[in-house]
Amino acid sequence: MSGPGAVEELLRGLAPQVLGILVRRHGQFHACEDAVQEALLAAATRWPAEGVPEHPRGWLLTVAGRRLTDEWRSERARREREVAVAVREPAYAALAPPPDEVAPADDDTLRLLFLCCHPALNRPAQVALTLRAVGGLSTAEIARAHLLPEPTMSQRIRRAKQRIEAAGARFTLPAPAERDERLRAVRQVLYLIFNEGYTASSGPDLHRTELTAEAIRLTRELHRLLPDDGEVTGLLALMLLTDAHRPARTGPAGELVPLAEQDRGRWDRAAIAEGVALVTEALTWSAPGPYQVQAAIAAVHAEAPSAAETDWPQVVALYGVLAAVAPSPIVDLNRAVAVAMVDGPEAGLALLAPLAGDERTAGHHRLAAVRGHLLELAGDRPAARAAYLAAARGTTSVAERRYLELRAARAGGDR
Amino acid sequence: MKYMLLIWNRPGFVEALTEQERNEIFGAVDEIMKELTASGELVGGQALADPSQTRTVRLAGDRAEITDGPFLESKEQFAGYLTVDCDSPERAAEIAAGWPDVRRGLGVLEVRPVMGDGGTEM
Repeated sequence: MSGPGAVEELLRGLAPQVLGILVRRHGQFHACEDAVQEALLAAATRWPAEGVPEHPRGWLLTVAGRRLTDEWRSERARREREVAVAVREPAYAALAPPPDEVAPADDDTLRLLFLCCHPALNRPAQVALTLRAVGGLSTAEIARAHLLPEPTMSQRIRRAKQRIEAAGARFTLPAPAERDERLRAVRQVLYLIFNEGYTASSGPDLHRTELTAEAIRLTRELHRLLPDDGEVTGLLALMLLTDAHRPARTGPAGELVPLAEQDRGRWDRAAIAEGVALVTEALTWSAPGPYQVQAAIAAVHAEAPSAAETDWPQVVALYGVLAAVAPSPIVDLNRAVAVAMVDGPEAGLALLAPLAGDERTAGHHRLAAVRGHLLELAGDRPAARAAYLAAARGTTSVAERRYLELRAARAGGDR
Repeated sequence: MKYMLLIWNRPGFVEALTEQERNEIFGAVDEIMKELTASGELVGGQALADPSQTRTVRLAGDRAEITDGPFLESKEQFAGYLTVDCDSPERAAEIAAGWPDVRRGLGVLEVRPVMGDGGTEM
């Protein structure tokens, strides 16, 4: 164990364990989380230079515990409130735990994930808090990954912790009635973190790609804790199968390369093998949920030697299943593309018609982009060009706009 | 998602206001900035000097020509902006709707999405 990379990895794994122990012992999630952050920062500065201590978790617990004690002492001085002290005194005595304390760390990580995805928080707050409290990332790292100023992110995290406390959230696993809903939120937050990193990997900012690795790490952990949840398995498989494209999804100038044109020799075969095995196995015993079905679709693409040799009827069938378990206009849009590959572009275009009347997709740039693609396949180049240009105006992504403008220019004839 | 809120108002409108009205407006701006800071939505913002201090630069023949005064000859001028990072376009519009220039009919706010560097291959 040496070097800053190894230390960082060690710290991220220990972060939720240390936080879990402190919160179980003292309550006060907000104060404990701050204290753990400070301990992590101290370790990140000292360990690479001084070496990793013999009992790293005990070291972090001691430093974070001391920080909490200082905090409470200054609070006591400020308020001179004897009652509060009387209540808290026993807590000091319990600090400086035995270094080899065996903690139910697994449950703690789950509890923390559920707490960070509390329904009192909006999605951006859930994402930020999960990355910090469970992922062990610093506020500066989270801010950089979201291209936001550090004070903005710092406030967002503080507000999130206040909200959780105000909502009276407890450091316990949610009741069975709430559990499914909360687990759904956890999966969505992890997938959001993944996508923030994945979609950014074309840009000049490499800090954001770290989010992808972090999301996979946390989902892998969640899968280890909940091996019987088919959707967690599906989510992990989907992430692995998607991330496998990363080496091929951008060209030399950072431009986006569509799936059909990617050099499949550059796909990450190990990630594909793992993803395919996970989703195949899960589908044998779990009711198919949206993540498993999306992973199954990704697996069909991953196993095709080329876009033309893809098992498109199978993709169409899977989108049919996806539309049944998780209906959404975006699913219909993707299904239309697959149908066009089986039955021709006119069949795909016919499926787009109702989406133009759906207010969720009517003005969406992805609808225009798909229409452009299908019109181009159908040979109607002027209409394809107009659709691509409409899509280019609709996107808020620089990379997508460049790509769509290029497609418009090609459809217009100036290749 | 980041949005820039562009504030357009009539230069010099403050001159016609009573002291109390001015204090109310500045107070309301302080209040909003405090709230956006506390919620972790505020990314940044700047107020611009009076349009009379503007210089406009454009190509004339083969060189840049610099003239005094703003580019647009309109009654309302661009007065400043704030950038927020928030959940939805609706939330960005809600922030704009609370801005005193809008509430008092002194100006308008444009809410424009900021382009991101990410993207999905299609």
